[in-house]
Amino acid sequence: MSAIETDKTVDIAPAELDEPAPVAAPSDSLGERILKIVIPIAMLALLVGLWAWYVKAYNVPHYILPSPWLVAQTLVQDWGILSAALLVTLKITFSALAIALVGGVGLAVVMTQSRWIEIAIYPYAVILQVTPIVAIAPLILIYAPTTQSAILICAWIVAFFPVLSNTAQGLKSTDHNLLNLFELYGASRWQTLFLLKMPNALPYFLAGLRIAGGLALIAAVVAEFAAGSAGAGSGLAFRLQEAGFRLKIPRLFSALLLLSATGVVIFFCTSMISHLLLRRWHESALKREN
Amino acid sequence: MTIDTAKADLSSPAATSAVASKPLIALKGVSKVFSNGTTALQNMTMDVHQGEFISLLGPSGCGKSTVLRIIAGLGDVSSGAIEWPTSGHDATGKATPEISFVFQEPTLMPWATVFNNVWLPLRLKGVSKTAAREDVLGALEMVGLEKFADAYPRELSGGMKMRVSIARALVTRPKLLLMDEPFAALDEITRFKLNNDLLHLWEKFGWTVIFVTHSVFESVYLSNRIVVMAARPGRVVNDMPVDAAYPREEEFRTSTVYNDYCRKASNALHQAMGANDHL
Repeated sequence: MSAIETDKTVDIAPAELDEPAPVAAPSDSLGERILKIVIPIAMLALLVGLWAWYVKAYNVPHYILPSPWLVAQTLVQDWGILSAALLVTLKITFSALAIALVGGVGLAVVMTQSRWIEIAIYPYAVILQVTPIVAIAPLILIYAPTTQSAILICAWIVAFFPVLSNTAQGLKSTDHNLLNLFELYGASRWQTLFLLKMPNALPYFLAGLRIAGGLALIAAVVAEFAAGSAGAGSGLAFRLQEAGFRLKIPRLFSALLLLSATGVVIFFCTSMISHLLLRRWHESALKREN
Repeated sequence: MTIDTAKADLSSPAATSAVASKPLIALKGVSKVFSNGTTALQNMTMDVHQGEFISLLGPSGCGKSTVLRIIAGLGDVSSGAIEWPTSGHDATGKATPEISFVFQEPTLMPWATVFNNVWLPLRLKGVSKTAAREDVLGALEMVGLEKFADAYPRELSGGMKMRVSIARALVTRPKLLLMDEPFAALDEITRFKLNNDLLHLWEKFGWTVIFVTHSVFESVYLSNRIVVMAARPGRVVNDMPVDAAYPREEEFRTSTVYNDYCRKASNALHQAMGANDHL
């Protein structure tokens, strides 16, 4: 036995003869990285310049199209009103997103544990999703205790579905061989869920999160329009509408700018989270090299 | 005759103990019919003895993978019985054989490092990472991947992934190793190397191996018993010993004994396919 052992351990050499392992693709060169920043900035400067030139050259009145400079000025001047409104909108957006994440993931887990629950529940999730939110809003307004909570419910309904359907899809698309392996080693239902199905569903969930993040903001604004909320405690949608009615076009533009910026930041954050969680192992986070 | 002289030279400890006493597994008239009506396996009776290296050889659709899955306890038999005369049984009377399974694909979790993939079978039994550390690194050393514990599967080549899969199967120190065409997707050079490494490990540890393959050459090289199967319906048509001595090295691949056995196994396979099989 020992004789076999001594000469065999030498023979079982590392995988030298195996084909070479794929190497991680090198990250972008410095030049490419600089271009990635320079090109969007140059494009932005070009568009803003064109806008400023157009306003000046054709003498466009500020109640039709304010110059970029005026929009920036208004943003600073009206920051008190606008920031308060932004805060309200942000609160609704993130509360809705948080509840959608917990509810969507929770329901997806419940649905994949039993096919009967899935058959019973899924149609209603679809119905909620396909009915336009503006159409349900008046009803919700009647039932909800406050306008703000009605808006929150609307935003939640919209953000909820992508999380639910993506996570459920991810939980269901687990490799059958891995499921067999877990069964073979006597894994419990919870072990299979936490060690296999959940990690497998992560990329799907994160795709859902990215969609839901954007949708939550859109829904928060749309629901506020539909609810016709007004007054001091209102969000950006109200300020937009108000500025429109009063022909305060520069303020309308700054509110719009704020809203777009918020959307971009949310998209950036969710993409960042996704990248950080997947960069070590998932194909989507890897650079392809041929 | 060359085969007969080889027979007298059974030097491997695993091979000599093969004939002794009770079988490890006894398949008794096992049949499996799938829900779509296909008879995957018909009336298979086979004893598997401790320390044997059995190859199940046959064309696709002959039920060789089905046999493996039934032995592993994945899926029930339609009729017949499978007995474990030498294994322990749990409170419900169900056999608790110590089995590991190697699939055709490496079947690794892409989100886990090599270490965590190999740790999995122990983790599912409740062994902590620190307690499992030595066993996991030991298993990785057996397959020559101890330096890759922190790598992710995507950073490995096909052959290395398969090695991780084998290390995961070995970490529980199984008595029975079930392998379902594990090297079929690898290139020939890698396959030969893994064949050799697998044989060395088998000689050292003396597990029982059931190895599914559709390669005549691979089955003769590795095993001391070849069970030839035929399709439609899946059944056993030949059960031949390969009495060539271990250790078998690269020279064995070009020896006359090896060729004789390959011819024999090939003929058995062709007879098994019969006239009504149009390929």
